[in-house]
Amino acid sequence: MIVAERKSLDAISKMVEAHGKVLAVGCGTCVTVCFSGGQKEMQTLAASLRMKRSLEGKSIEVDEAVVQRQCEWEYIDALSDRVKRYDAVLSLGCGVGVQALAERFPGTRVLPALNTLFMGLPSEQGVWEERCQGCGNCILDKTGGVCPVTRCAKQLFNGPCGGSQNGRCEVDKSIPCAWNMIWERAEALGMVEALMELAPAKDWSTSRDGGPRRIVRADLRTPGEKEGTP
Amino acid sequence: VNPSTAIANPSAPTLKSGSELERILAAGHFAVTAELGPPRGCDAASVRRKAKILKGSVDAANVTDNQAAVVRMSSIATGLLMLAEGLEPVIQMTCRDRNRLAMQSDLLGAAAHGLRNLLCLSGDHQSKGDHPGAKNVHDIDSIQLVAMVRAMRDESHYQNGEQIPGGGPRIFIGAVENPFADPAAMRPYRLRKKALAGADFIQTQLVYDLPRFRDFMKRVVDLGVHEQVKILAGVGPLKSPGAARYMRQNVPGMSVPEAIEARMEAAVKGIAADDKAARTRAWREEGKRICVELIQQIREIEGVAGVHVMAIEWEEAVPEIVKAAGLLPRPLAAA
Repeated sequence: MIVAERKSLDAISKMVEAHGKVLAVGCGTCVTVCFSGGQKEMQTLAASLRMKRSLEGKSIEVDEAVVQRQCEWEYIDALSDRVKRYDAVLSLGCGVGVQALAERFPGTRVLPALNTLFMGLPSEQGVWEERCQGCGNCILDKTGGVCPVTRCAKQLFNGPCGGSQNGRCEVDKSIPCAWNMIWERAEALGMVEALMELAPAKDWSTSRDGGPRRIVRADLRTPGEKEGTP
Repeated sequence: VNPSTAIANPSAPTLKSGSELERILAAGHFAVTAELGPPRGCDAASVRRKAKILKGSVDAANVTDNQAAVVRMSSIATGLLMLAEGLEPVIQMTCRDRNRLAMQSDLLGAAAHGLRNLLCLSGDHQSKGDHPGAKNVHDIDSIQLVAMVRAMRDESHYQNGEQIPGGGPRIFIGAVENPFADPAAMRPYRLRKKALAGADFIQTQLVYDLPRFRDFMKRVVDLGVHEQVKILAGVGPLKSPGAARYMRQNVPGMSVPEAIEARMEAAVKGIAADDKAARTRAWREEGKRICVELIQQIREIEGVAGVHVMAIEWEEAVPEIVKAAGLLPRPLAAA
């Protein structure tokens, strides 16, 4: 899932300062599951903004909405009539959701209430960890299912740096050393020999370095539709 | 030795770079390298002063590359100042600050200026340095850097496979290994990987824990890696018992036995606690003595081809240590 955290109330309040009528829009997918932008969080934020503004002797109208997925047109199109009535839309979606709303409603200011952090999972109750950077060229078959691109602070491909100690990363003891995990997995699976081979320099062109990415699935295109036009 | 002559006329055609360090190791001498920390500003005089201290006592001196992720004078620029003083530099290059384009262009420039030794490192993470908000690069890792430089030198091609007009840079390629980091079982194999990638020499993390270092070297020798790459053990004089304690507790991947710290403590026995100058002197003398003893014991370990003496901001200690360890005169300096 995409993991995000809500910005501070002060920061959000400052963003909406100039607006009197705001529509807060939660998202029912990833950010609901990571408790940052679902219905409950959206309602809490809306109430907090009203309360803060009233304590400051001013007023703000914050209305509430949730869509199942802010990253799909068919869900956000349902908001199109409502959106027109507000000075701004405050999105509690991830960065994808914020941009989808902005793209769909070009005449409306769309503001982000969350900081989008990573693709990851809840490793324990109340703890989320990053697992994938979307580099576009997966090598997990070679590293025992542990990603060094994402989980090694130095993105090493050929083994641990000199700062790995007791299974921990030199950057922070709360971070497990990815290469320590890779080695232990390889030992357990009898795959150690594979780690002896030199991993060549990675082609980053499939990653963000190649520019914003896009895929076209010809098999899913509607016949007659022209590819490449927005 | 006039460095420009030494570089222009490598003594044997089989040499890969013709650097003094390569020639000393190829001749089977026990090599001695040191470290020269570049200034935090533009002070060329401090580089010349340190180079004068080290010259004649070591075969070459490493120039760190934004060590500890703190901005300093660039390694290549500092190396040129050293070269002018007649001290052969080992340019350090981390994967943290440059992508493959920047690395290759810097290496072409370094070679054009007569720099012949390179040490390839991952680099300390920027979160530990003076610009923690910096973006790191890590386009390639330190082993891929070794492989890239080897291909530039031996096959005259860039990392993309295209030919380098006029041939690639003649560079003696170094890498590092930390015998005390984890996972311990993987370390000798990782060292072998560096040798396979094309490393000519290795400099290790500081050795204070001899039993663990012996154990590591035994496994390295069992794999035959010492025959593929020249291994220089890292050593360094302690300035105080606190320094030993700090390294043990705060530097990931460092092993400093408590016995060494206790010996440093004992060095000030009988000196009044308020006589700070006398205590500092006593500690530093003991630090140098321990370093000399470590060198002498390390020299006896199979597979060790030299020592790398790290005394950052205490370069004066290096000539004394090298002399006391019986490693003077240096072979080429005497020639």
